Amino acid sequence: MKMSKFFAWLAIAVGVTYFFVPLLGTFEFSLRMRRGEYSLDAYGSVFSDVQFQQTFGFSMLMALFTIAFGMLLVVPTAYWVRLRLPQMRPFVEFVTLMPLVIPAIVIVFGYLRLYNSSSYIPFTGSTFGTNILLVMSYITLSLPYMYRSVDTAMRTIDVRTLTEAAEILGAKWPTILFKCIFPNVMSGVLSGAFITFAIVIGEFTMAALLNRPAFGPYLQLVGANKAYEPSALAIIAFAITWLSMGLIQLVSRFGKLTQSRP
Amino acid sequence: MPFLALANIKKSFGQTQVVHDFNMAIEKGEFISFLGPSGCGKTTILRMIAGFEQPSGGTIHINGKDQTRLKPNQRNIGMVFQAYALFPNMTVFDNVAFGLKVAGQPKAEIETRVKEMLKLIHLEHLADRYPYQMSGGQQQRVALARALAPKPQVLLLDEPLSALDAKIRVSLREEIRQIQRQLGITTVFVTHDQEEALSISDRIVVMNAGRADQIGTPSDIYNRPTTRFVASFVGTLNIIEATIVDPAAGTVMIGDQTIALRESIADKTGGETISLALRPEAGSLSESAKGDTALTGKVVSANFLGSVVRTRIAVGKNTVSFDMFNSPDLVMPAPDEVVTLRFSAGDLLVIRD
Repeated sequence: MKMSKFFAWLAIAVGVTYFFVPLLGTFEFSLRMRRGEYSLDAYGSVFSDVQFQQTFGFSMLMALFTIAFGMLLVVPTAYWVRLRLPQMRPFVEFVTLMPLVIPAIVIVFGYLRLYNSSSYIPFTGSTFGTNILLVMSYITLSLPYMYRSVDTAMRTIDVRTLTEAAEILGAKWPTILFKCIFPNVMSGVLSGAFITFAIVIGEFTMAALLNRPAFGPYLQLVGANKAYEPSALAIIAFAITWLSMGLIQLVSRFGKLTQSRP
Repeated sequence: MPFLALANIKKSFGQTQVVHDFNMAIEKGEFISFLGPSGCGKTTILRMIAGFEQPSGGTIHINGKDQTRLKPNQRNIGMVFQAYALFPNMTVFDNVAFGLKVAGQPKAEIETRVKEMLKLIHLEHLADRYPYQMSGGQQQRVALARALAPKPQVLLLDEPLSALDAKIRVSLREEIRQIQRQLGITTVFVTHDQEEALSISDRIVVMNAGRADQIGTPSDIYNRPTTRFVASFVGTLNIIEATIVDPAAGTVMIGDQTIALRESIADKTGGETISLALRPEAGSLSESAKGDTALTGKVVSANFLGSVVRTRIAVGKNTVSFDMFNSPDLVMPAPDEVVTLRFSAGDLLVIRD
């Protein structure tokens, strides 16, 4: 075996050990709730907890709103930048990358300062308003992933020619966007949606500081007060993320299959 | 009044003017080709007719109605793109029906019209296919049906055959011409392929640097090019430099040989250098060949090209190419052999730039 190949395998082995040993340990620990034997009691306890159901349901709802409104913002923006304002592209990319470099805690403190109950737009003055603010903050957090996945999907189709083809056939902007462009970037939209879902389900900072009953703060609460359930929750959270990643793979493969042949 | 009238059309991108005072009158049912190299402005003119680009000056009228400031979706024009531009998420049926649905036509009428269009392009059996399940030629036929379905006033074809392989290109261009004749639709076709333009057009516009160098029938363009650019761009052409001996008698000197032209050069002066054009197929080495003019030269090369043998001979400072049809008993001239090329004086054209 060549030396370079040996080091490649060594690097993979170290990486796999680093990632999987703690996960295996967590999984094994989550099965030990019953003394002296393995069981799924910790999972049973988690699933039967009313707070788990409420917080998970709340986060799911927030994730759905984030995806829906996020895509309504991102798809037309990416389309417009690609079609009419290509010179704005570096600026838009910079803006969409900002949430990666600005810590969530800074963003949420900014929100609290701008939208507190004594401000001109008092989002935090009501539960409904705070929920809107939470969805907006999640859209901000997931912007880098949503924008990139949609923009990449748009790169695979000839947006300009498809738009012109629809326009010359008499179509107006809403028809062009929702009937000709949107369905063809669906793989990107779904990829962005699954990533957004994974982010929102585990997000802690925004939900905790806006005092909303989301899944992230619940994970922290359980982690601080119970022994085996946090491990079970960690495994569940991983499973959700992996499921999302698997679905991304699936839709992107489906998207590649249906590309128009030149 | 012409059906499609382009008057004094200008277009600038920033400081660069890409179309200069372009004028053209196209009659109803005509098939016009815009021929020229990349960047000559032919696609820009097509896009201005479609409404994708706004002219910097001038007007566009279709059927007497000013279209210059109308949006593309208000013009009732059909267009076929080089890259097919079929909607990947729609079946062939839905692609062809798109324009009709947008126009709000009743479902039954849409179905009848789509079937009619699919029959026209011989793809009725592929109505449920998606674009990615079809070949390039099939996709482009669907694009043609989609453009024709809403019964447009004008059909624009933007290099629709460029992405296809040679064999399909020939069959599809014939199909396009047949459909165009059948429907009698006014068509503007953009291409950089002279063979395509020559084979299917009623008239050709040869574009050069944003201007129409010559507008004429394929025969005019090929046999009677009026500028050096048209002569060199359309077909293979010999450009021969000659010195005028006697303008009144129409005699010129090529190398050390004097010949008489049929075309008048009375407006020129003696001693002036002029350019003459001669098609390779106009000359022959055969002694029995018809022709009142002869040039003697030394063979530079003779290349076998399949159906023809192209021979190059040196006459003075000029190298003249001519083609001989291939036949089993053809004797190929040898390099350095002295030969006499015979042709009609009428085949020698004076290039007036």
